[in-house]
Order: sequence, then structure tokens, then C-alpha cells
Amino acid sequence: MFTYCTDPDTLEGLAWLACYLTTGKHMLFYVSFGTVLVLLAITAPVALAFGFLGAIAARSRFAPLSVLGRIYIAMVRGVPDIVYFMFFVIALDQGLEWIRHKVKCPDWDQPIRQGNDFIVCSAAKLPLSSSAQFWHELYNFSLAVFTFGIVFGAFAGNVLQGAMRAVPRAQLETAEAYGMTPRQSFWRILVPQMWTYALPGLSNLWMILIKATPLLFLLGVEDIVYWARELGGTANPRFTAYPHGDWRMWYFLALLVFYLAFTKVSEVVLARITKRLSHGQATLGGVKQARAA
Amino acid sequence: MKKLLITTAALAVSASAAMAQDVIRMGTEGAYPPWNFINDSGEIDGFERELGDELCARAELTCEWVSNDWDSIIPNLVSGNYDTIIAGMSITDERDEVIDFTQAYTPPDPSAYLATSEDVDIEGGVIAAQTNTIQAAFIAEQGWSLLEFATPEETIAAVRDGEADAVLADMSFLAAAAAEDADLMLLERTEMIGGGVGMGLRESDAELREKFDAAIQSMKDDGTLNEMITKWEVSTTW
Repeated sequence: MFTYCTDPDTLEGLAWLACYLTTGKHMLFYVSFGTVLVLLAITAPVALAFGFLGAIAARSRFAPLSVLGRIYIAMVRGVPDIVYFMFFVIALDQGLEWIRHKVKCPDWDQPIRQGNDFIVCSAAKLPLSSSAQFWHELYNFSLAVFTFGIVFGAFAGNVLQGAMRAVPRAQLETAEAYGMTPRQSFWRILVPQMWTYALPGLSNLWMILIKATPLLFLLGVEDIVYWARELGGTANPRFTAYPHGDWRMWYFLALLVFYLAFTKVSEVVLARITKRLSHGQATLGGVKQARAA
Repeated sequence: MKKLLITTAALAVSASAAMAQDVIRMGTEGAYPPWNFINDSGEIDGFERELGDELCARAELTCEWVSNDWDSIIPNLVSGNYDTIIAGMSITDERDEVIDFTQAYTPPDPSAYLATSEDVDIEGGVIAAQTNTIQAAFIAEQGWSLLEFATPEETIAAVRDGEADAVLADMSFLAAAAAEDADLMLLERTEMIGGGVGMGLRESDAELREKFDAAIQSMKDDGTLNEMITKWEVSTTW
């Protein structure tokens, strides 16, 4: 990175540290922080969408849809996350490859499962084995987002279902009295008002989601935990220009600070949103605001 | 158009040979120096990187390197995420039931113990080893107290912290660690386990295995393999 980094053996103190912290390996570490943030930024809306759909389905007056929604919420909430991460990702990956295999190689005569092996034709591989490593990583990342979305969507669905029930019945009755259709009263009265009831539960979920990101490592995405472990491990002078002892504690301390800072920022932002949403609501927070004004 | 051509070409080849692919993905752990590790610039390096690149060149294959957790290295091979395992994996009967191996590229070597003092009671003490290794299986078989870790680095850290009395692992890996830390030493006692290190492949990939087998044989014959083993100090030579 810096010009004076060509011979690390001669460096000392801060200069050494500056060179050490800017090796290619450390750059990958810094990039992985971005990976985690991007994951959160994409997963949160995806999970909320899954949750919203789940909650609507569970409330539906059409029985099969309602059962489907309730099964989704109950089942995903009842099974440990890690089981989903182990099972779902492999099943999803093999399922997609199986479909592609059926479409792209119809005249393939060998079985797909040969003992332990899962063999599809090379044109059906996802991503193709000829594509760059970047696409493989992006694919794994997308699988991760989808899995996180499904799992946290079920929790969000439960929260939203409760929030929809918490909206005072009188509000909806008034809407009906004004002649609104069920669809109109849902979108114009229920949905805008439910957020204030949903927010405490959703902010809780957000905090849990932040802490769940190290599960990425299970999915083969090299995340911050992987790099902290890899970089912090003893660096033998035979294999690196920057030898050091077991520094894992310092790297994990850095992760601790990162996660704490991130949850703090989230808390501040969520508190602001709560304040905004309780404006003019018939809740404790809303009434307090009205009195103060 | 170009993509279409490549796909048709791939289809044509795959019709004749089940495993034909344009790129061979090489799976390794990247945490077991001198066998394989991630270097300062973040790339996979080590004995197996150099060996793998040479084997691919001799077999006229295009290869790409992938790092994967040791724990899931076999499941990810059989489900097709990469095509070979080249990660200091000893050839054992248990593994051979699930995957296939090429011929060994390093001879069977004894495993060694690393401890903080010479007079450790191996049989009565706590011995650390990496999960799913021949060493972990060996300790379990003997009925000694075994402490398992996901990565090789953690097994050594456990001895430094006094959590375990000794580590059992490949001698080359432990020797590299002992050379750098004055508090750690190799014990005289060694265990003869494992049958040499080879490349792992899917059982259905017989043709690819033959290609790598031939390449390893040619490196054995012209002495380049021995040179590489000596350079990286991974094991005894052939």
C-alpha cells in the first residue's frame, strides 16, 4: 500500500502497523464488514416483506391461505435457525440445480444421485463452474439473504400479526361506517396504524438479526468472524512478512466494538422512528407527545 | 453467441464424459501451513497451491482455487461446489467410502505431539486435535481424553492456554509452530497413523482422478515432487 512497505522487517512501531493493517488480507477483512452491512440492508426489507405476506395470509378469510400463513409462521419460529441454515441452503441449491438440469440436459441418461454424489450436467451447475469466483460468492450471498429472509420473515410475520390485532377495533368500525371496502380500510386505516404497535417487536428482531450475521460463515461466505479468526491466528515468520503471536483476542475485540457501535446507532435511529410513528396515536407515547405539545 | 457456443461445447463434451468441465475448482482449507494457508495478499498459498498448479498444468486443466471450512469440506465436494479436495487430507478407509482418492503425493508420515514440556502424560492427559482428522479418530480410538477444535490454529492455542496438555497433528504443521514459539516443543513420541496424503475427488469422477493420478506419477518420476516436498518441509520424500 505505502511505498515504505516493501521491506517490513526493517519497520518498527506505527510504520509497521500501518503496513500490517493494509496488507491484501486485511483489505479482504475490511471488505467483509461491507458484506455484513449489505447483507443487513438487503435482508431487513426482504424479511419484512416475507413477514407482511405471512401476516396477511394468516389473517385471510380464505381458509387454505390462512392455514398456509399460520403454518409458515409457526414452523419457522419453532425450528432452530441453524437447522435452516444447514438444511435449507443445501436443499435450495440442489433443488435449483435439479430444475436447471431437467430443463437444460433433457437427454442425460445417468442418475443425478450416485451414492453420495449429486451430479448434474455441467451446464446446469449454479453458478457454472467456469464462472469467476465472484459469481460463486454472490450466489452464496444470495442464498444467505433468502434464508435469513425466510427465517426472520416468520418472526416479523408474528409481530405484524399481533400489531394488526392491536389496532383499536373502533378505528376499523369507523372506516366501515364511512363506507370503506375491507381492502380500503386495510390499506388506509389498519396498515398505517399498525406500525407503532409493531415497532418494538421489529426493533427487537433487527437487533437479533445484527447478531445473527456471523451465521454467514456457515454458508461459506467469508465474513468478519472468519477473517478475524484467520488474521488473529499466530502468524509464522516462514509464511508471512508480518509475523505476530496469537492476536485473536484483539481482532475479536474489534468485532465487539463494531457490533456494539452498530447496535447503539440502531437504537438511536429506532428511537427516532418510534417517536415519529407515535405522533397522533392513541398510545401511551402518542398521548404524552400530545400533552407536551 | 459466445456463451451459447461454450454451452454447446460443454454439452458435447459432457455427453462423452460425465465429468468434463472447462474449469476444475480446487477446494482447500487455507489454514494449515505449510500445506495450505492464506498469504499476506489474501491468496491461497503453500505446498499444495504450488503442487496443485503444477498438476493442473501437467494435466492441461484450468484450475481455480476455493477455500472451504474443514468441517464441511467433504459434503461440499460431493454436492458439487468444487471438484477436488487438496487440503493435506490423509487417505483413510472411512473417507474412501464417501469419496475417492488419487495416489498419495506425500508418503505416510508419523503424527507428532506438541506440548509445553517434555514430560506430559499423553495417555492420562487431555489431547487436542482438529475435528474430523485422523488424529482425532486415533485419540478417540485409544480412549484418551480428546478435545476437538474446528481449526488447527485453535488446537495449538489450547496448549498455550493450558486447556489441553498436547496437540496431535501432522509433524510438519507442528514443527512450523514449534520453531517459532520457544515455549512449545515436539515430543519424541510419534504415532504412525494414516496412509499418506492424496487428492480427494467424487467417486463418479473417475476420469478426472486418472488425469491427476497420471500427473502425480509424472512428478514423482522426474523428481519435481520430492523437490517441492523438501522446499516446503511438509513430509519425508519418496
